[in-house]
Amino acid sequence: MTLLDFARGPALAWSLYILFFGSLLRLVGVLLARKHVDLSQPRNADTLGDSVRTVFTRFWFKPEFRASTLFITLIGYAMHIGLAVVVLLFVPHILFISKLSGLSWGGLPNDTIMLAGAITLAALVAMWVRRLQNPLMQAISNWEDHLALFITGLPVLTGMMAYGHLFQDYPTLLAIHILSVELLFVWFPFGKLFHAVMWIPTRFKLGAHFSRRGVKA
Amino acid sequence: MSDDKTLGERLRESGLSRRGFMKFCAATASMMALPPSMIPAIAAALEKARRPSVIWLSFQECTGYTESLTRSHSPTIESLIFDHISLDYHHTLQAAAGDGAEAARKAAMKENWGKYLLVVDGAIPQKDGRVYSAIAGMTNLEMLKEVAEGAAAVVAVGTCAAYGGLPKASPNPTGATYVSDLITDKPVLNVPSCPPIPVVISGTLAHYLTFGTLPELDHLGRPKAFYGQSIHDRCYRRPFYERGQFAETFDDEGARKGWCLYKLGCKGPVTYNACATTKWNEGTSFPIQSGHGCIGCSEPDFWDKGGFYEALSKGTFSSAEGIALAAGAGAAIGVAAAMGAKSRQTEADAKHKEDPA
Repeated sequence: MTLLDFARGPALAWSLYILFFGSLLRLVGVLLARKHVDLSQPRNADTLGDSVRTVFTRFWFKPEFRASTLFITLIGYAMHIGLAVVVLLFVPHILFISKLSGLSWGGLPNDTIMLAGAITLAALVAMWVRRLQNPLMQAISNWEDHLALFITGLPVLTGMMAYGHLFQDYPTLLAIHILSVELLFVWFPFGKLFHAVMWIPTRFKLGAHFSRRGVKA
Repeated sequence: MSDDKTLGERLRESGLSRRGFMKFCAATASMMALPPSMIPAIAAALEKARRPSVIWLSFQECTGYTESLTRSHSPTIESLIFDHISLDYHHTLQAAAGDGAEAARKAAMKENWGKYLLVVDGAIPQKDGRVYSAIAGMTNLEMLKEVAEGAAAVVAVGTCAAYGGLPKASPNPTGATYVSDLITDKPVLNVPSCPPIPVVISGTLAHYLTFGTLPELDHLGRPKAFYGQSIHDRCYRRPFYERGQFAETFDDEGARKGWCLYKLGCKGPVTYNACATTKWNEGTSFPIQSGHGCIGCSEPDFWDKGGFYEALSKGTFSSAEGIALAAGAGAAIGVAAAMGAKSRQTEADAKHKEDPA
């Protein structure tokens, strides 16, 4: 069995098993956990509207925080949109997702995907440098923040290397790329990258919490 | 058997012009990525070369390579070159049969001991006392070992000889294996494909005649000159891949327009061969040009690398049951964990109410 056979076969199967096992475990465990009993008098009993609103208002910063958050917001958007383009609009990726979900859609030309990949990588590097240099980010960062950036960037980097046949033959680079994606699959449910699933319930919960206390956020 | 005439003399006797001969030498140099300055050297060496003795052993195979070689290039430079080797033993092409054929093999071995080329076509069965294929009372392994002992080099022609091919495909009922797995004390050159392109073997032979050595090989024992680039990298449909234009079925508009066959399972990106450049039938076409994706037949174990019509990026795993089971197990454990946590919290609340201190 070659490295590519291993990556396309058993390694891919097991990484998907771990991805789905871990994701369901964490999602169900968190959503079914007992709600915090708040004994205080609520300032606003009907929190649903604010909860839903918070899911969307967090897409952009408040004007008063512009100076401190504009850069990281734009970089964050560049990274997330670039990653979404690479993952969801590169035809070989669509075929893989199609096998899992049965869904299919059109893709983009490879040049566009490469551009999106380059933007994603540049944004990830910028985020990492900021995390290393900003004193506040240094204070609140732990090893997992660095690992999450690395695990996110690695498939993009190896994918672009495979496309360009850099340093190795294509089958070897493709195998490394697939293995790096499998590393992402395995780590995804158990680390901070799971925010990709939890961002809606988290914002909803935060909105409800603030609304109950009368905080406009 | 070998005789005293040189290759140049024999080619001229066959009516080949000097221009035609030099054209072949230039094409050979070009194909094998040799500099133009090597063309005279190739011509001089081929001119003087005595026709070498070649013993061709056919084991677990379908004779596809012989079919390919004899039917597709007649008469061409390649076939002329082949006419001018001394093919002393070949089941399909030799006139002799039975004891006469075996006597010819033994005589050729004795006369050219240490100098003849051994060409092997087919896999070698190893299971159950190697009973699945035998010739003249000898198992394939016995014959291979016997002939390889006196060979200058061994050329494994076709994917069956090079990597086991279809006989070795799972579940490999005959325990088939390949030449380089068994012959480790001689230079072994692999010319895989199912079947290989005739010009690849003639080019390889020309290299051997010219330099007296086998050409530079890749990590799978294949001549780099022919197997150095992937089908995908040299495919004329590659621009469609880059533009995201794919045939979705074999008879849709994309297929009629000649768009990329990646979605239909083409394995060109991970297959190294000369099909896209030298093509078949005197450069007429190759499978992708004829509308079918590459099946990766020059790669080891190509038969067991997933469906021929499954896109490369889809992987070879069967997903549904395992993923459903994993997701179900995750959800069940998540529910159990949440319930357990709730239960513990409820107990703690009850205790707190009983004894707030």
